[in-house]
Amino acid sequence: MTNPGPMICPFCGPRDAGEFRYGGDPKAARPAFGSSDAEWAGYLYVRENARGVAKEYWVHSQGCGQWLIAERDTVTHVIQRISEATA
Amino acid sequence: MTAARRKPRYSALALLREGLRGQSGWGPAWRSPEPKRRYDAVIIGGGGHGLSAAYHLAKDHGVTNVLVIEKAWLGGGNTGRNTTIIRSNYFNRESQDLYDASLKLYEGLSRELNYNIMFSQRGSIELAHSAADMEGLRRVVNAMQVSGIESSLLSRDEVLAMVPLLDPSPNTRWPVVGAAIQRRAGVARHDAVAWGYARAADGFGVDIVQSCAVSGFLIQGGRVKGVETPFGLIEADVFGMAVAGASPEMARLAGFKLPLLCMTLQAMVSEPLKPCLNHVVASTPNGAYVSQSDKGELVIGGGLEHVPSFARRGDLRKTAEVLASVVEMFPAFSTLKLMRQWGGTVDTSPDNSPILGPSPVPNLYLNCGWGTGGFKAIPIGGKMLAHLMATGKHHALSAPFGLERFATGRLIDEAHAGVAHD
Repeated sequence: MTNPGPMICPFCGPRDAGEFRYGGDPKAARPAFGSSDAEWAGYLYVRENARGVAKEYWVHSQGCGQWLIAERDTVTHVIQRISEATA
Repeated sequence: MTAARRKPRYSALALLREGLRGQSGWGPAWRSPEPKRRYDAVIIGGGGHGLSAAYHLAKDHGVTNVLVIEKAWLGGGNTGRNTTIIRSNYFNRESQDLYDASLKLYEGLSRELNYNIMFSQRGSIELAHSAADMEGLRRVVNAMQVSGIESSLLSRDEVLAMVPLLDPSPNTRWPVVGAAIQRRAGVARHDAVAWGYARAADGFGVDIVQSCAVSGFLIQGGRVKGVETPFGLIEADVFGMAVAGASPEMARLAGFKLPLLCMTLQAMVSEPLKPCLNHVVASTPNGAYVSQSDKGELVIGGGLEHVPSFARRGDLRKTAEVLASVVEMFPAFSTLKLMRQWGGTVDTSPDNSPILGPSPVPNLYLNCGWGTGGFKAIPIGGKMLAHLMATGKHHALSAPFGLERFATGRLIDEAHAGVAHD
């Protein structure tokens, strides 16, 4: 959940924020086969968890279903930028 | 040596005496000294865990040249924002040992600290709404009994007799079919836990400084030499951090990252009522739990808001969701007014178990990752951090909870250990 009120989907326009779900950190690719346990632990468990503006995956789960990347302030909950998540 | 030896004792006699003397003889419960330039040990975070750690450093290890640094006020973070439930009904042996040791410390804490923490062991009831739920509870109860922790199952009739305001209808979305109870579980006065530890630690000579944020670490030769504060650099041999929702930022200042995700957990209280609910009653499927405070307010909690946040305020949609669950369980509560609602930033770990142990910086020790369940663990969390800081080694109870478990894969999965965890 973020602030109640609208959130802007790049495909659907302003929609109720309750239609969107948080989907995790946009991360680097999986570690290569044979990577160390510490590298795997970093990939699997360590989070950026920034206090301030963070890059996050969101999905418009109750709308178009698209995965999005938002730049959102984790203190004010203001979304500064939101766009389609591309590989 | 007992705690608070240097403090005048709180007692019924002292209360009477002060009543007759116009309350003129109460001194401050702890001093607010200007910090020295150097200590043997510095604890960052003046919540329950940090203050408990300071107390145990002094009491268990004789380390009294200690500073507790708090960026705001004592117990103003999650220690003052939770629903004060203390229980040890966990599934894994490691968790049971840790949380039950904490519960046992709570049982003697008012006496030990000479501070009434108002621990009321009224019993915690976890409802089952289906045969599958009942099987799940049976599994936990059996695991607890194997570990020697009292816990039992209740039939539908027993639960409804104990909690007569529960909706008894078999036709609700979540009908009551039975429950599990831990009778030693209960609630305590959260501020008193922080203040009691602060007063007792101060009695040993521990310095406590509030409104003093750590803004950086001076790291030399791979070790922390000191912390940057508004009072300048404060040096010590060993450091501990017990800063809950501020853990990721504190770790970043020290040059490492943690497997934590900070989110908001909210709680709320109703207007005060005459006594109507004698237990803590929780429903994990329904996503809410409730108890009645000594003031008569219903203290209500629910699940996490699954979005990273440091805002310390609860989302109104979650409030509505939790209240809908409470009203479904207790239809009689539907007309009550909500008096307060608030949020805290909880540092959740991937396996819903805490992180206790060395950090990547050798003389900085971690007490974090308690997520939604830190209040119940204050006595043992502080004791474990103190042991790590004083000896450089794990206590047997904290050994399974080190940061290295995420690389070895030896996680302690408590994903279903309470309403708030879901």
